[in-house]
Order: sequence, then C-alpha cells, then structure tokens
Amino acid sequence: MRAAAPAQPFAAALPWWLLILPALILMLAFYAYPLGEVLWISVTEPEPGLGNYERLFTSPAVQRVWMTTLRICVITTVITLLAGYAVAYVIVSSPPGRQRWMFLLVLLPLWISVLVRAFAWVTLLRRQGLINEALLGAGLIDEPLRLIWNEFGIAVGMIHYMIPYAVLPLYAAMRDIDPRLVPAARGLGASRFEAFRHVFLPLTRPGIIAATVLVFIFSLGFYVTPAILGGGRTLMVAEYIKLQILDLIRWGLGTMMASTLLAAILLLLAVMARIVDLRRVFGQG
Amino acid sequence: MAALSHALTVERVSKHYGPVRAVDDVSLTIGRGAFVTLLGPSGSGKTTLLMAIAGFVAPTSGRILLDEMPITPLPPERRNFGMVFQGYALFPHMTVAENVMFPLRVRKVARPEAERRVAKALALVQLGHLADRLPKQLSGGQQQRVALARALVFEPSLLLLDEPLSALDKKLRAELQVELKDLHRRVGLTFIYVTHDQEEALSMSDSIAILRDGRLVQEGAPGALYERPATRFVADFLGKSNFLEGHVEAVRVDGFAYRVGPLRFVQSGMAEGLASGSAVLVALRPEKVAVLGVPPEDAGINTVSGTIAAWSYFGAAFALLIDTPIGRMQATVPAWRCPVEPAEGRPVQLAWSAEASVRVVAD
Repeated sequence: MRAAAPAQPFAAALPWWLLILPALILMLAFYAYPLGEVLWISVTEPEPGLGNYERLFTSPAVQRVWMTTLRICVITTVITLLAGYAVAYVIVSSPPGRQRWMFLLVLLPLWISVLVRAFAWVTLLRRQGLINEALLGAGLIDEPLRLIWNEFGIAVGMIHYMIPYAVLPLYAAMRDIDPRLVPAARGLGASRFEAFRHVFLPLTRPGIIAATVLVFIFSLGFYVTPAILGGGRTLMVAEYIKLQILDLIRWGLGTMMASTLLAAILLLLAVMARIVDLRRVFGQG
Repeated sequence: MAALSHALTVERVSKHYGPVRAVDDVSLTIGRGAFVTLLGPSGSGKTTLLMAIAGFVAPTSGRILLDEMPITPLPPERRNFGMVFQGYALFPHMTVAENVMFPLRVRKVARPEAERRVAKALALVQLGHLADRLPKQLSGGQQQRVALARALVFEPSLLLLDEPLSALDKKLRAELQVELKDLHRRVGLTFIYVTHDQEEALSMSDSIAILRDGRLVQEGAPGALYERPATRFVADFLGKSNFLEGHVEAVRVDGFAYRVGPLRFVQSGMAEGLASGSAVLVALRPEKVAVLGVPPEDAGINTVSGTIAAWSYFGAAFALLIDTPIGRMQATVPAWRCPVEPAEGRPVQLAWSAEASVRVVAD
C-alpha cells in the first residue's frame, strides 16, 4: 500500500487484469481445479468411461435419491414461496417503523448456525419432543406422531431455513408496486380477489421467479438439515454424495452425482434465463 | 356514450383519524351532470372527502347518497364510479387496450362487446392508434387520457378525478383542461374534480366547493365565489386580494363608510349587522385597483396615495406592489394601458369604486 500512492503513473500503466490476478489464481487453485478433478474422477473411477453416468438410468438406488431430492425440493419451494409471499406482503403493508422490526425478525435466523437450528427442530419434533408431548398431554393423539427422521422433518427444517431467501426478493418486488394500483383496480369494479389476481400478483412475478430459483437451487444441494432431520433414513443428493465418498469410498459414484447436481443447477439457470431476464430478476436491471 | 347522469348528496359527513378531523361535518349536493370541484390547500380534506365518495374511506359519521340511494356501506367496486387517480395508476403490465378493458373484464362483459366499447372509449380520447402500447411508452398527457378512457368505458354513474393534471407541465395542463371540459359536455356525466389549483377550478367548474381544515367554507359558481368571497380565506385562496381592516364609521342605506388608520373609505351594500364602531374587513382584488398619476376628480371614489415598492412584468399585465399609509397593497394593471411608467419609488394614486371591494368575514 505504501508504494502504491507515489507510483500512481506506474499503476495506471499496469494492465488491469494484473489487479485481479491474485484472486484469479486463488479461484483457479482452490475452486476450478478441484471442480475439474471431480469431473475427471467421475469419468475415470473405477474405470474410464461413462459407466458412472449410466447408473442414472440403471440404478434404482440412484434414481430413488434423485426422486426424493426433487420431491422435497418442490415441496419446500412451494410452501416457502406461499409463506414468504404472505410474510413479504405483511411487511410491505406495515408502516416503515414496524417494517424494520419485522425485517429483523425475518433475518434473525440467518445469523444462527444452521446446525443449531436443525438440532432445535430435533428437540421440537422428536418422539419425546415438545410437540408430541403437548399433543399427548392434551389427549389429541394416543401415540407420538412421526415428525422427524422422514421427509416431513426435512421439509420443516428446510422451509424454516429458506423463508428469508424467499421474503427478500418478494419484498423488493412488492415495494416497487405503486400503492394506488390496487385501489384503482377496486375503484374500477374489481373485488379484492380480482384486484390481487389481475394486478398485484402479476406485478410481483419477477420476485416470485427470483425467489423460486433461489430457494429451489439452494434446496437441491442442501446437506446439514436433511442429514440431521432425515436421520440417515431419507437420503438427499448431498448426503448421498458424502456417504459414497467418505463412508463407502466410491469416488466415482459420488463425483458423478456431484457433477450431475451441478449440471442440473446450470441447466435450471439456463432455462430460467430463457424465460426471464435474470439480471432484472435479481435486481440489477 | 350518453349516460344517465346522477346526483350525489353528501350529508353531514365527517372522518376523524384519532383527534384529527380530516373531514368535519361536510354537507354538499352535487347536481346531475354538473362539473363540481373540491378545492382546497393540502390537508384541507378534499381528497379524503373524494375517497369517502369513492368508497375507499369509511366516514366516521354521515351519509352519502347517489340520487336517493344510500351508498355509504358499499365497497368501492360496488359503487360503479369511474375514478382517475393522481398519477393515473395505470396498470404497468397491461397495454393501453388491456387497461381500458380491465373494468369490462371484471364485469364479465362478453369479449366482442368489450372490444367494441374499448375501441369507442379510446376513440373518445383520440388514442385508438396507441392501443397496443404499454403505459410507460406514453407521454404524461397520453397516460392521462388512457386513465380517462378506462374510467369512462364502463359507463359509470359518476366520474371522480383526483388532481389528474397535477403531474403535467403548465402548457399541457391548460390544453387538457379544455379537453376535459369538452369531454364533460360530450359524455354528460357528473364529474367531481379535486384540485388545489385555483385557476384550474375557476376555468373548468360549474360549481366549486372550497374546503379548509376539513370544513366546507363556501360553495357556489366560480364567478360568484370570485366576486363575492364570504371569508378572508376564500378571498385569499381563490385569486389574490388586498385586505383592509378597519372600523365602521357610518352605516347608510346603500352601504357603509369605514376608517382604516388615517383614511376613510366607502363600501356599497353589505352593511347587514354592522353598527357604527364595529370592526370590519374588506377584500379588494388587485385588478380592481386603478393606478393613476394624479388623484381622480370624482370624490365618491376611494383613493390612497403611495409609492411603487416593486413591480413585475407579465406581458399582458404589470403586477405592482405599492407602499401606502395603510400598508403594502397589490395592483394589477393591463400593460398596454398602464397610465404610469412603473418604476420603484414613483409616487402613484390608487383608486377604486365603492362596488369594487367586498366585505368578508375574518377567519
């Protein structure tokens, strides 16, 4: 830094890309190289060829993991979007002073470790957990409900984690809507529902798409929450990869799944980019 | 698009927000097919009153009737009023035609019939050629016309307009005032227009209701309000006025004489309830003050001498500020026949007849 100030003319003569070179080297060494290695292993272990990828079509176990992952992701995304939409709507319709507090409450979970949150859900949902004990005590159920170590538990934990990511883009989209539009629609003869359906909802479309992409892609690669709340019985892709590589030492299969996951996410983004302008969706339009 | 026009009665309507009385006991009758303006400064309650008529604000007390039918409990979508919002509130994701179609769509009008009516409404505001544009591709004046077409297409019982011209520049505003007035004549609907712009109110309305701090101050035809303002506020808000505060010296059959400081003036008529010695306030329009080089010969004319303190030229007229023994006075003189060359410090005589001024209530 000390040398940079007097050397202004020299700095100006420097090619611009030299400035990002350290970062570039760091990225290549610690990100691109391992990623390339993963791709490489997936087509070389245990023997060269596309044998690992063939399993996508032949192995029931691999297919089951993918189906489970997609099902949980779709359920999570749908419920998160519905809940996030409601939360964002309430925030937007509140006076500015209260909005700040509501935001704090929405963002608060982001500052708590995902591990802590997953275990918190375990204490709530397990057989002797708060919910089961309360329901039993109230006489509403005769035996504990199975709320955890299954897809239900995973979905609960993931929805809880994802809601802020849905609220933020939805809030941004709603805030930009002229507050007179809905009253205008009603003045023109639309009922509350029609005004929402034909005016408010279409105008939040960019926010809905952004939130969907964000939540769905995050959900696809989710590891900690499904690992803890699934209890090893319900396997999602990320946990399956960890299982193959660390426990079963089947690098070929694990890296194939990782590569497929990456490809799926890129494909999803490519499809989205075709439908909508992603830069606008993420607020840089 | 000839529609049956309706009358609207506002009966002792109040709207309180906590201790704030946004609208305070306002009663108003708006005749069939009339163009009525609610005029007042910001915070006078004019928009709240319009929103109560439209159904967006529930009055704390009082009733609103369309012809004989009470409409106070109806939600906005059941009132069938057309409304043009401030800033137009066009739906940005719909084309011009879809915007205009919207009221027909929610009324489940059959497609061919709806398309025919949209085309007719767009033709009415001369925008047929822009039907497939999005609102953001239109100029302010065009957006304003789309909002009008959208508010008229479903043949509403009334048209409510909330400062529809306030976002436009002055010249365009003047053009659209003429257009709106013309449209009012052609569609024959009752228009209720809200504005804070007194010139707009004077040039367009059949009747003006002036509001202040939630109360209706005075109501009447533009000419009547301008010539005979009831209160100091009206005289000041609608046009400009000089105010002469004095005491009655003598009451006569045809008027009264009053003293302001060292000077004595006469006022014709308006002597009801006055006695010698009572305080009186007289308003005098700047354009009714004659500016002369020498005192007039007619002794029945009010005069005061002074010196020009400041002047401005407006092409058509000079606006003069004149320092007199009774304070600074304003006078507006047509530029082409101003009898004295305006110059700061030049002594002049101000003169006005006993009929030129009006007595107003101090408020």
